[in-house]
Amino acid sequence: MLYDSVFVFPNFEVERNYERCIVCKACVQQCTFDATFYLPYRGRVVSKDTNCVGCRRCEAICPTGAIKIRRYQGEFKENAYWTPRDLKDLYKQAEQGGVILTGGGNDRPYPIYWDHILLDACQVTNPSIDPLREPMELRTYLGRKPDRVEIEYNDEGEPELKTRIGPNLVAEVPVIFAPMSYGALNLNMHRAEAAAAKAMGTYWNTGEGGLHRELYPYGDHTIVQVASGRFGVHAEYLQVSAAMEIKIGQGAKPGIGGHLPGGKVDEEISKTRMIPVGSDALSPAPHHDIYSIEDLRQLIYALKEATNYEKPVSVKIAAVHNVAAIASGIARAGADIIVLDGFRGGTGASPAIVRDNVGIPIEMALAAVDQRLRDEGIRNWVSIIAAGGIRNSGDVIKAVALGADAVYIGTAALLAVGCTLCHKCYTGKCAWGITTNDPYIAKRLNPEIAAERLTNLLKAWAHEMKEMLGLMGINAIESLRGNRLRLRAVGLTREEMDILGILPAGA
Amino acid sequence: MRQIKRRIYPIEENCMGCRLCEVACAVEHSRTKDPIAAFLEEDWEPFSHTVVEMMGPISFSLSCRHCDEPYCVEACISGALRVEDDGRVVVYEEVCVACGMCVVSCPWGAIKPRKRNGVVKAAKCDLCPDREVPACVAACPNRALIFDTALGPGLEKVEEEEIIEG
Ligand code: SF4
Ligand code: SF4
Repeated sequence: MLYDSVFVFPNFEVERNYERCIVCKACVQQCTFDATFYLPYRGRVVSKDTNCVGCRRCEAICPTGAIKIRRYQGEFKENAYWTPRDLKDLYKQAEQGGVILTGGGNDRPYPIYWDHILLDACQVTNPSIDPLREPMELRTYLGRKPDRVEIEYNDEGEPELKTRIGPNLVAEVPVIFAPMSYGALNLNMHRAEAAAAKAMGTYWNTGEGGLHRELYPYGDHTIVQVASGRFGVHAEYLQVSAAMEIKIGQGAKPGIGGHLPGGKVDEEISKTRMIPVGSDALSPAPHHDIYSIEDLRQLIYALKEATNYEKPVSVKIAAVHNVAAIASGIARAGADIIVLDGFRGGTGASPAIVRDNVGIPIEMALAAVDQRLRDEGIRNWVSIIAAGGIRNSGDVIKAVALGADAVYIGTAALLAVGCTLCHKCYTGKCAWGITTNDPYIAKRLNPEIAAERLTNLLKAWAHEMKEMLGLMGINAIESLRGNRLRLRAVGLTREEMDILGILPAGA
Repeated sequence: MRQIKRRIYPIEENCMGCRLCEVACAVEHSRTKDPIAAFLEEDWEPFSHTVVEMMGPISFSLSCRHCDEPYCVEACISGALRVEDDGRVVVYEEVCVACGMCVVSCPWGAIKPRKRNGVVKAAKCDLCPDREVPACVAACPNRALIFDTALGPGLEKVEEEEIIEG
């Protein structure tokens, strides 16, 4: 278009039906990417397709259904090797000479192992359970379990537990809101996550940006992160929490740090992160005091010492090639929980090339870690949380059967409150008011509505999980953990099945 | 005897300035109550009684407060504005002489002159008599308008307090 670079091709097309458009301009007001304008001299609302990111906010808000966002119809010459996306990215880089940024999770067509795994069900010889008639337990304890349990008898001759059991988190549903920082998200989203976690008896995770003081009353349901930037970490922060998490890596961008641009650091974020207003918040790629398992052990015990050994400590790593050995080291370093973040995990901002090419699938990482810890006889030392691309309750059940104690949901939680996966989180202009700190846009996320939606999501998943447990004849989720015999593979190779530790369908 | 006091309350923190409340109000007070016809086809000009006030990130939708002692009723020279038994402040159009006294007296700017069929009359929020929940409240996507049907102070016959959120 006039004045635009000739190398810019739109991704989307905003189709407006002028027989329906009443020129209310709601779409103009809601579009945060300058893709929609009102032209007074034409008395019309028009759009600029090259600016449209496909978030569909206008489509959702239009009172007359006048808008349709479509994939751009114009096509490049067919090419099975160079996709339109490759071309557009390349043009953009040739234009700007920079790294292409993105948000969200890896959206490339790598295999999805969840969809190659099927669940078993009871028939005739082993009765299934009706979850509506019989109690069904989803409660999960997260933390170190003792190697053996000793009983002693008291004066009255009654048995009592002699073994001291370390601190454990008790989640009524084994689904926890994934670490997403205040800064990447706004306070409204944190408010909603905290309220929903409390309502459902589960947990949410602050991410690496600290915990706003307003949310201290939700401390019992909050996992606080200690990341390489140490933002917002202080004694009180650790003390109000339910558990502490050392963030080593993130599935969307293993091995690289984080960067919250100074423009996003407003008064409240500055207070919470403990950095000056307007300064860039840079999280180094590694923790500069952790270069070995021994160093990690020091930090784990520093955190435990600071909180009187009353709270479990979790260590979160990205799923990478050598994940099983690393996890074994983490368990031995004294962690109570290990979080494995698969390559589909989301991010507020990452170079697209990293997000799309680094890491391994969570299904493989999870199976490998669970097996390794079992082989070494230390599986009970830690709980495993699987993260990175959990889409529905079926994925949760399969993750548990592959060896997870619980899962984190990040992208799924954002979807629940409106996210449409446009992957523009890094711009800070999220039109759904989620990954923005612009007070004007952040208002779109009403924390009360968002909390209700998150609670509904967890309720629905809990219900479905109970149904699935029932049909497998299991009445407590803890009995399914690592029970890979209840899984079968379709369309996988021998090696893949070996790593996942599951049999092919029919076997 | 007034029994209930119904009011629409704007919640500033939740209002995102989309103005769908204005659209809904105009549609509800149109001939056809059809969104497209109301704006594009009818001979009546679309007219909203609620107005979204905006300044920077602050916005809220303001309509008649249905005051207990309304200035407009006091100011009206023809007796066209009245407080009804249910607490609503209502314009009796056939009595209105369009002098504009109510328009200048309302501290909220909630009454405006409206031209319809070539005649100007005072127009203001009527709490949508044909609807259970006013149109603006029902249309708001972010619960920035709350319809409160509680009894006002000093009023009797409390049955139950009901808050309907839109
Ligand atoms: S929101 Fe719909 S009706 Fe309103 S101006 Fe935009 S396209 Fe037209
Ligand atoms: S519909 Fe609701 S959010 Fe939109 S302008 Fe009106 S009051 Fe504000």
